[in-house]
Amino acid sequence: MEKAIEVSRLWKIFGRDVDHIELNQETISQLEESDEYIAAVCDMSFSVNKGEVFVVMGLSGSGKSTLIRCLLRLIEPTAGSIRINGYDVCGLDQEELTKFRRQQVAMVFQHYGLLPHRTVLENVGFGLKLQGVPEKERLDLSHAWIERVGLQGFENYYPDQLSGGMQQRVGIARALACDPPVLLMDEPFSGLDPLIRREMQEQLCRLQHGMQKTIFFVTHDLEEGMRLGDRMAVMRGGRFVQIGTPEEIIANPADDYVASFVQDKRNASQEVELCSLKH
Amino acid sequence: MFPEALEFHVSGSINNLVEWMLHTFRGFFDWVAEAILGMLMFLNDALSILPWWAYLLIVCILAWLTTRRVATTVTLTLLPLIIGIFGLWELAINTLAIILAAAFISILVGIPLGVLIAESPIAAGFIRPLLDLMQTMPSFVYLIPAVIFFGLGYVPAVFATIIYSLPPIIRLTDLGLNQVSEDVIEAALSCGATRWQLLREVQLPLAVPSILAGINQTTMMALAMVVVAAMIGGGGLGYEVLRAINRIDVGSGFEAGISVVILAIIIDRLTQGLAKRWEPPTVNNS
Ligand SMILES: Nc1ncnc2c1ncn2[C@@H]1O[C@H](COP(=O)(O)OP(=O)(O)O)[C@@H](O)[C@H]1O
Ligand SMILES: [Mg+2]
Repeated sequence: MEKAIEVSRLWKIFGRDVDHIELNQETISQLEESDEYIAAVCDMSFSVNKGEVFVVMGLSGSGKSTLIRCLLRLIEPTAGSIRINGYDVCGLDQEELTKFRRQQVAMVFQHYGLLPHRTVLENVGFGLKLQGVPEKERLDLSHAWIERVGLQGFENYYPDQLSGGMQQRVGIARALACDPPVLLMDEPFSGLDPLIRREMQEQLCRLQHGMQKTIFFVTHDLEEGMRLGDRMAVMRGGRFVQIGTPEEIIANPADDYVASFVQDKRNASQEVELCSLKH
Repeated sequence: MFPEALEFHVSGSINNLVEWMLHTFRGFFDWVAEAILGMLMFLNDALSILPWWAYLLIVCILAWLTTRRVATTVTLTLLPLIIGIFGLWELAINTLAIILAAAFISILVGIPLGVLIAESPIAAGFIRPLLDLMQTMPSFVYLIPAVIFFGLGYVPAVFATIIYSLPPIIRLTDLGLNQVSEDVIEAALSCGATRWQLLREVQLPLAVPSILAGINQTTMMALAMVVVAAMIGGGGLGYEVLRAINRIDVGSGFEAGISVVILAIIIDRLTQGLAKRWEPPTVNNS
């Protein structure tokens, strides 16, 4: 199967003067002992297929946000290599990186990251504007995407006038308006009420059905991961402890950490069964 | 008494240095002086053309546009009348011209400097301590270099006023740029913003309220300094205050003082109102 994202031996270490560290057996064991350095991503290697929804799940602090930001170098990786759609991401210079971010990937953030001084319409067209797309085309595309995410009528509202769910729709429309093959989403629905969250998940599924993008989706919610993911990876302490389809992970948790995640899910589904028995 | 043997004077070397600078950069100082004087004269002429009631009208319109309050608008519009009644109208216009010239140049220089220190840690390392120093110095101190480089008259008065009123606009531009939330910056970068696009499309627009607050403070500092600068030939209302002090003429001093305060209130209200207008709406259904 064709790969959209290939990551190999990726490291991200936070700490002072970390850029000059040569990573080898010796320095790695030193790093693990010192308190000055935090290894948020440790020697990760994995790949994501084209057109697949790949979910990364883990508790907070497990390094999910760091990993997803490394993929478009919002955070500079300390070591390792990343290939996305044939681009050697770590080897790009500033100009190439800008072009790569404009054409190959788009990101959706937990806190939306909308421009508060711009209207919904301008926010959705922001990526296109940066690319220098002519105004007419930009407006057409923005209107089309506003409609597709169900925000028609709100074009001239400012982000702070909208509810969280609506703001995130703007965030999604902004990301998709540039039509990138790869979509990165960092806990996009975590800040939303359960009902809205459910609605947004369904909308994402519908959109994805018509697009077949490669989606790298980060969440701490197992249920969300199971609903959306073709494959799922469970992350802990900067590593994947298990990768597989949601069914495989539920059926065979690799260790206690994964099992504890899955346990809640099992209990929950038992409760659902109990409820349905009662009625 | 401090032992005379330990005394050591640097005044001689400093005088030499100044002498050398004046000689070497003569062309530059002449150019600056000419630019300042030209601008001041232009402003003064332009402001003098307008009849007194035109000012009331302008204040009225601006006050309404920026505050949208009837009481504030009426008060601000009527206040300048008092200056006229005291017979200080022309002097107030002179003072206004100096303030506008100085504030304009401060803003023109200050905003780019603010951007520079927000963007470059190296520049910040040099400029921030300098700003701290500048803000701790009493305003009289600024008269010294002004007089040395430009003698007495309007030009050194404007120069001293510029230097004195420069720090707030630099600081608040820097602050405004740094306050932009990391989330928004990250999002813009992820969309493929270049550094320049980030500055122009995201950081500067979001820093505008802070920059406007800086413009307000810079203008107020300019007004404060313009009174002091009368000591080196600034003229205007400041000179009237100075003369009243020399003659121990409490009455005239009071009239000139009140006029300065009125000028301050109007400029302060109008520039503050401008800053408030800028915030994007936040309430539901605007
Ligand atoms: N800028 C940073 N400087 C230092 N440590 C950081 C920084 N960002 C994240 N970390 C650390 O890296 C680890 C992983 O963080 P993060 O990727 O945000 O996890 P998650 O998104 O899974 O909650 C955490 O221990 C966090 O404290
Ligand atoms: Mg996170």
